[in-house]
This record gives sequence, structure tokens and C-alpha cells, in this order.
Amino acid sequence: MAAPTPVIELRDVTKVYGHGEAEVCAMDGVNISIASGEFVAIMGPSGSGKSTAMNMIGCLDSPTSGEYLFNGVQVGKLTQDQHALLRRNYLGFVFQGFNLLARTSALENVELPMIYKGMPAAERRKRAREALAKVGLAGRESHDPSELSGGQQQRAAIARALVGDPQVILADEPTGNLDTKLSIEIMELLKKLNERDHITIVMVTHEEEMAAYAHRVIWMVDGKVESTGTPDEVFKRGKQSA
Amino acid sequence: MIWETVRLAIQAIFRNALRSILTVLGIVIGVAAVIAMVTVGQGSSDQVTADVEKLGTNVLMVLPGAGRMGPGNNSVSAALDLKDVEALIDQLSSVRTAAPYNQTTLNAVYGAEDARTSVAGTDTRFLDVVDWPIVQGRGFLPAEESSGRAVCIIGETVRQDLFGNTDPVGETLRLKNVSCEVIGLLEAKGASSFGTDQDDIVLIPIKAFQRRITGSADVSMIYVAAADNASTDRALVEIETLMRERRRIGDGEEDDFNVRDMKQLASMLTGITDVLTGLLSAVAAVSLLVGGIGIMNIMLVSVTERTREIGIRLAVGATGNQVLLQFLVEAIVLSMIGGVIGILLGLGLAAITSNIMAIPFSPAPSIVAIAFLFSAAVGVIFGYFPARRAARLDPIEALRHQ
Ligand SMILES: Nc1ncnc2c1ncn2[C@@H]1O[C@H](COP(=O)(O)OP(=O)(O)O)[C@@H](O)[C@H]1O
Ligand SMILES: [Mg+2]
Repeated sequence: MAAPTPVIELRDVTKVYGHGEAEVCAMDGVNISIASGEFVAIMGPSGSGKSTAMNMIGCLDSPTSGEYLFNGVQVGKLTQDQHALLRRNYLGFVFQGFNLLARTSALENVELPMIYKGMPAAERRKRAREALAKVGLAGRESHDPSELSGGQQQRAAIARALVGDPQVILADEPTGNLDTKLSIEIMELLKKLNERDHITIVMVTHEEEMAAYAHRVIWMVDGKVESTGTPDEVFKRGKQSA
Repeated sequence: MIWETVRLAIQAIFRNALRSILTVLGIVIGVAAVIAMVTVGQGSSDQVTADVEKLGTNVLMVLPGAGRMGPGNNSVSAALDLKDVEALIDQLSSVRTAAPYNQTTLNAVYGAEDARTSVAGTDTRFLDVVDWPIVQGRGFLPAEESSGRAVCIIGETVRQDLFGNTDPVGETLRLKNVSCEVIGLLEAKGASSFGTDQDDIVLIPIKAFQRRITGSADVSMIYVAAADNASTDRALVEIETLMRERRRIGDGEEDDFNVRDMKQLASMLTGITDVLTGLLSAVAAVSLLVGGIGIMNIMLVSVTERTREIGIRLAVGATGNQVLLQFLVEAIVLSMIGGVIGILLGLGLAAITSNIMAIPFSPAPSIVAIAFLFSAAVGVIFGYFPARRAARLDPIEALRHQ
């Protein structure tokens, strides 16, 4: 039996920003393969290309060279609108800065992706409520972001990411703005989504404590994947080489 | 989807209420100005038409001179005379009646009071032609008309100016050096559409006017009433033919007189009103354009301000076209709200102005519809560019935007 197609496969992806003197190679021949149902943490020093890789995986950015296959489909050959559809139907984003719409209730924020799907209002509202309940925000539907704590805002953002039943949730430093206690709550939530709902999770983090929730860590340095393995393996190796 | 977009647009508009108000102000003012101009213009046109109808649509005027309008060429062409009046009445079946009319402006004096007023020499038939009743006293007697006795019938304004609370009938006023007994008072008519006070008048027998005031037997104008069974057009042709005959104008020669009917006068007057309305509306339309540019400006600012929001929308799966539609609908809804407010404001202004000017309030549904569609079009035209800019934002750049 052939190995199942990975959800995400970056083949020799390079991303160069700027021209001439100002040229920066944010990704340099990156190969990453992520199977369905995995929980992966991308780690590495600041400026090593983690966010660039996440944007690439999220179809928000396109490689300078190399290929990106999503469920075996070459993303580079799709149109912009198809990229939007792919984000809408298969991906959910969680950002370090939450990125909720200001002066908009939690419920409406969570409804947003479904508006673009053209889902009827009643159904949308029902699903958004369910998603908020799932992240522990039942009763906070009408609060707008300024009335929620950081942890609550990030939960609302996660509710928004999961409401469309995505195959993959992409989280770029989701706990970067939160203290340890709240970070752990968020990680428990992501773990639950991964284990119970089988959502593939790709997360960028700086903290080993958070990365420990992942099945696998991808360690990037200078736009290259330096090592990959279970959290324990990667951290042990890191300590040995230090 | 479109209703959803409209709902989102309305939400966004109310979320930024102050900015939205400032944005639509230009449209509101532009639309209000156009609506007010056109409505008041239409009102004054209607007023002119109504005035002329009151004066009688079957009334014609005969004037010496070939000029199109106004007195002027009287000196070069022969004047009219009283025999012309009789000839018109006697010889034309299309003429019901006619009256001579000479007019000048004089000081009228009564006791210590004096007032400058219009003095017209005419006869009783004039009151018949223009359908003007005497409310007190009586008209000229045939004997007074033929002898040219100095008696007069006065208008309401003259009564007020000279007599105050005194009953004018039987009193004597002085015109130049002529002492005139007041025998009647005319019904109050109010201002004409020419803006003159029609009640500021003293009527005296034409012969008295000719002998005592101008010292000439000329008649400067003849008022004619067409017969009930004849059209003014037929009367006009018959009068022209007869007058050419009487003035011995050969074939191919130009008329040295002028016959006008009230319909012509009305169309000339409404023509002037229409031109004025058109000009003012054009100025107002320019302010609409400026309003549109205002919308574009604020929408562009809004796109920059909301860059992050656009990034979020793109990240959760909005297509470029969905973002474009959202911003476009926002601009259209905004300018249509401005249009509606402008229409209401304009109609309100027009109602107040019409009331002050004592003209009919004539709102035209067509101009309201045009203003509404125009404001929507302003939204489309000036909203498109900012909307396209929003739709073309790079999602990563947009998300990174602070
Ligand atoms: N839009 C961009 N233009 C130019 N350089 C960029 C841009 N985005 C990222 N970079 C550069 O690419 C490198 C990798 O950035 P990034 O992927 O954000 O790193 P990380 O998320 O690991 O901190 C950095 O040197 C950064 O300065
Ligand atoms: Mg980063």
C-alpha cells in the first residue's frame, strides 16, 4: 500500500524578498511534508523563515521557486480566487495578534468566514455559537474584542479558525502574546481539536513548553530546515550541540 | 450574498457614524441644492402659467412697432388710435371686445398724502377684457367716456397709500394738475408674475388721459378679448389682416405693429424661469460632483485605515471580488443615504422657499428619481477605484499593516 498523500508538501521551496543588495532569502530549499492528523511545531530563531513558511502553507504567499502541494494539488497552478477558496474551505488561521475585527462582536467575528461561503444567517449563527462554546466562550457571544481578555480573544480567533471545519489550522505564535497559564489553555484547546476532531495543526512557537504538545518539531535556521523529529529528540539534539 | 453585503455595508457605515456623515455631506448638499432649485423653478413656472390663465388665455394685445417685445419702435411706426379699437370690435367676428390702453407713471396726491403710481387711460371694456371687477362704487359712464371727464377708478394699493381708512369713493385726488373724482375701487389682484403690483393703478377715461395728460390722440396699446367661440390663434390672424389693411401695408412688407397673445407671453416668461433654473441647477450639479470626489477621498482613506481588516477578510477566505463588492456596496449605500437625506432636505427647503415666495410647491417625481439614481451612480463611479484598491491588497502586507 502506497503511503497516503500528505496534506502539506513543500518541495525545495525558496522565497527571496527584495532585489539586489536588499535581497533576503527567507526560505532556502525547504522540504516539509505534513501528514493528515499531525500536530507539528515549527521552531527556530527569529528571522529564520518560520512565518514565511506559514504564509506559504496558508496560500497567502507564493514561492520564488519550488513547489507546494496541498492534498497533492499544485497550489502554484491555482488562480488567486482558488487560493481564496482553498483558505475558506480547508484552512483556518490563528495569529499572534489575534486579528479579530474591532468593534465587532465575538459572534460576528466567528461568522465571518461563513459569510464568504454564502451560508444562510441562521445556520451561520448556530455554528458560530457552537464554535464559541467549543472554545469555552459560551455567554460571551455579544462581547467585542475590547471587552475580552487576551486569552479570550485568542479563543475567539480559534473559534473563527475552526468554524468552517478546516482540514488544517495554521497558528503563527498563537501564544506569543499570552502568559504561561493562558498559553497552556490554548495549547490544550489545540490538542483537543487535533485529537478529537482530527484537525491537522501547524504551529509556530518559540517556547519548548508549547512545542512539547506537538507530535513533531521542525527546526529552522536561516531559511533552511535544520532538523526534524519528536520534541524530545530535537530538544536533546539542540542541547547536545550547544 | 448581495443582501448580506448590503447589511455589512450598513453595519460598517454606522460603525463609523461621524466619518460617514462627513462623507455624505457633499452629496447631501449637492442633491438638496439641485432638488430645491428645480422644485422652486418649477413652482415659479407654474405660478406664471396660473397668472396668465387668471388674466385670461383669450387675451391679446396690439402694439405699434415691429419689435418683438416691449415698447420701442412707437416713434418710427404710426401709433394706434381709437378708431382701430372700434374697427376691431365691429369688423372681426373673432373679437368679443377690445379696449385702448395708455399708461404712464405719475404722482397721485390726496390731501397730505402722495404716491407714485401707474395711471392708465382706458375704458370700461378693459375691465371686461381682463375680467377685473369693481368692488365699490361704479365704472365709467358712457357720458364720462365720451366727454373725457376727469373721474377715476383706483386699485387697492392706491386706496391704502392715499386714503387709509377714508372711504375713497366720492373723494378727489390730483394727478399732475388734473383733479379727479374717485368713482370706483377695483378688486385686489396682488402681484403679477412680472413682479409688479397690479393694484398700484389709477384708471381714467382714455379721452381724459389723451387730452389732459399726454395731449395726443394716440393709443399706445389695445387689449383684445377673443370671442368665446374663436381661438386666440384665429383672432390673431384676423387682427393682423385687418390692421395691415388699415395701416395700408403692402404685400411683402413687414408689419409695423405687433399682436401678442398671453400664451406667448407665458411661454416667454416660463422660458426665462427655465433658463435660470437650468443655470442654478448646473451649479448645484457641480457641487454633486464635488460631493462624489469627497466620497472617493474618504473611501480611499477608509481603505488605508481598514487595511488590516481587509487582510483578515482575505485570510478567512474572501475573494478579491467579494472585498471589491463590499467596498463598492458601501460607497453606493453611503451615497444613496446621502441622496435620500439630500432629497428630503431639498424638498423641505423648496417648500419653505415656495411658501415665502408665495408660489406653488411643485415637487417633480422625475427629478427626485433622477437625483436618487444620480447619487447611486456617484457611489458606483467614485467608490469603484477605492474598492478595487482594497480588493488588490496583498493579504500578507495587509495583515502586517498596523
Ligand atoms: N515582506 C518581506 N519583505 C522583505 N523581507 C522579508 C519580508 N518578510 C520576511 N522578510 C525577511 O525574511 C526573513 C524571514 O522572516 P520571517 O519568515 O518573518 O521569520 P520568522 O517568522 O522566523 O521570524 C527575515 O530576514 C525577514 O526580515
Ligand atoms: Mg514570525
